[in-house]
Amino acid sequence: MSTTEGGLTWTVYDADKLTQREIYGLVLTELGERHPEIVGLSADLAKSTKIGTFGERFPERFFNFGIAEQNLFGVAAGMAKAGLVPFVSTFSSFASMRACEFLRTDVCYQNLNVKVIATHGGTSFGSAGATHHSTEDLSIVRAFANLTVIVPADGIEAAKAVRACMEVPGPVYIRIGRGFEPRVYDSEDYPFEIGNAVEMCPGTDITVICCGPVVYHAVQAAKILREEQGVSVRVLNMHTIKPIDEAAILRAVADTRRIVTFEDHSVVGGLGTAVADVVAASGKGCAFEKAGIPDEFSMHGYPEDLMHHYKIDTDGILEKIGEVLGRDFEADEDWEDEV
Amino acid sequence: MPLRPEERTRLKQIALEIRQQIVEVTAWSGGAHIGGALSMADILTILYFNYLNIDPARPDWPDRDRFVLSKGHGGVGHAVTLAHRGYFPKEDLREFNATGSKLGMHLDSSKAAGVDVSTGSMGHGLSQAVGLALAARVLKKPWRTYCIVGDGESNEGSIWEAAMAAHHYKLANLTAFCDRNHMMIDGLTEDVMSLEPLAAKWTAFGWQVRSVNGHDFDELAGAIEFARANGDGPVMIIADTVKGKGVDFMENDPAWHYGGLGGELLAKARASLERMA
Ligand SMILES: Cc1ncc(C[n+]2csc(CCOP(=O)(O)OP(=O)(O)O)c2C)c(N)n1
Repeated sequence: MSTTEGGLTWTVYDADKLTQREIYGLVLTELGERHPEIVGLSADLAKSTKIGTFGERFPERFFNFGIAEQNLFGVAAGMAKAGLVPFVSTFSSFASMRACEFLRTDVCYQNLNVKVIATHGGTSFGSAGATHHSTEDLSIVRAFANLTVIVPADGIEAAKAVRACMEVPGPVYIRIGRGFEPRVYDSEDYPFEIGNAVEMCPGTDITVICCGPVVYHAVQAAKILREEQGVSVRVLNMHTIKPIDEAAILRAVADTRRIVTFEDHSVVGGLGTAVADVVAASGKGCAFEKAGIPDEFSMHGYPEDLMHHYKIDTDGILEKIGEVLGRDFEADEDWEDEV
Repeated sequence: MPLRPEERTRLKQIALEIRQQIVEVTAWSGGAHIGGALSMADILTILYFNYLNIDPARPDWPDRDRFVLSKGHGGVGHAVTLAHRGYFPKEDLREFNATGSKLGMHLDSSKAAGVDVSTGSMGHGLSQAVGLALAARVLKKPWRTYCIVGDGESNEGSIWEAAMAAHHYKLANLTAFCDRNHMMIDGLTEDVMSLEPLAAKWTAFGWQVRSVNGHDFDELAGAIEFARANGDGPVMIIADTVKGKGVDFMENDPAWHYGGLGGELLAKARASLERMA
């Protein structure tokens, strides 16, 4: 797919050169052409989140509220009440925490059509440290009724998520990175549906469930294990954290009986917890582990170093899979359904 | 007391060294919030080298004056100032931004000596400063609390909640500065979200306001002396500053909110500061 606007020619196949944020800015601008009801809102982060691209094209439909995130989300709610579709962009730490109750009570409680594009997710802000990391946002916003929560794996998936969120008649929270995350998909030619996990690699020995920038590393780890050790690792890209794809998780329990989750987020309350809820309710024996940022404030540093330190890069994933493959657990009576 | 000529000369020299060091740290750390660090360098200098009642050998001394950098992204300027004041060796600045080091972009009070309060998310520091000032009253302690707020940061509603509280509790032991460099990330403050009439706003919130040139040590000293003598309530010193002050190609260019320096640019930045000397 390609688009030519204001002299700009761009295809998502340039995803290697564009950050997730840049792609988001371009896709939103393209949506803006077709949807006059879309408005763009930011809080002194128009440039940093790239929603400014939309603002340059549609200055009369773009509003900067200065550094005032609570007001940002309150205003978005008011605009949505009147039928507009506000796209609100700020860093994910501020969208989920600085404006928390405005998102919950003004937007979600009233089930308003507000799309939150939360950038610099997880530890991707690197040296900016814990004040700018969002290692709790998924736990927080996942608890808000009516809200759909999406964590795309790369720029291509971010483009798909931004387009797809227009079809959801209510609030959506899309958490993207800072950019520079490696590309996972070769093209847009794969089925992306909100609420359906994407099987990145088939496998029968263990299932890795992950989201966001970790997906790339999980796929790498699965390849290495298949080629070097003949271990068959199923990798599920759980891009939608809510509503979670219960069917895919239950299939993974039945088929592989071993599940590990990986996320650039605290192990308290995020993807891992969402998956654990489904695993526990399945009533089946399953070796299960959550990996991510432990229950502590994340340290600052270069993003690659942080992913390595918190063992959510390829090396860390390999290590954890090894551990969980070696773990014993009691078989239940359905044990024979393991493939 | 007005500054003596030798005091003024000394402060100018220290501020220059701090600016030079900020440029070097920006270069070797891969990037820093340099514009807003340079704009407040003179305020940090006069506080740390003339007014704060502190002892770098005892960063936890209970009676020390407190300093809160509410615009926490200025951490590079604060870290350099603390190193110059002797809180930690200047070599530690080599590790600025590095993985797991003591000094990240937004200083962490649990890691860096001399940092009273962790900041980085806008609009939190002034509230914590109000808390420190109230605590001094409760504990019957002599310390004064100083705080630097960004002008863009003043968009946050919480700044004004803190402003109300400081006036309500008549916190004469609290002095705040607004680093009025007229810029934020997306452009000029008056284009993004207008703040003016800013002095009238603070006055209306019950603060005593002094408007000064934030690069003039005599004016800064006069306003701080006024605040220290004032027994009625909190004082806001609106310090008119230049974002990127001292590095000619950065001055008044919002693009230099955050940036890296290397090669020719670094040489130009050094030369520009040399001319300031
Ligand atoms: C709550 C919050 N929102 C957004 C940011 C991102 N941010 C960092 S610095 C900045 C602009 C600050 O402008 P100003 O206070 O004028 O500082 P200065 O120009 O002196 O650097 C913004 C929006 C933040 N740190 N905290």
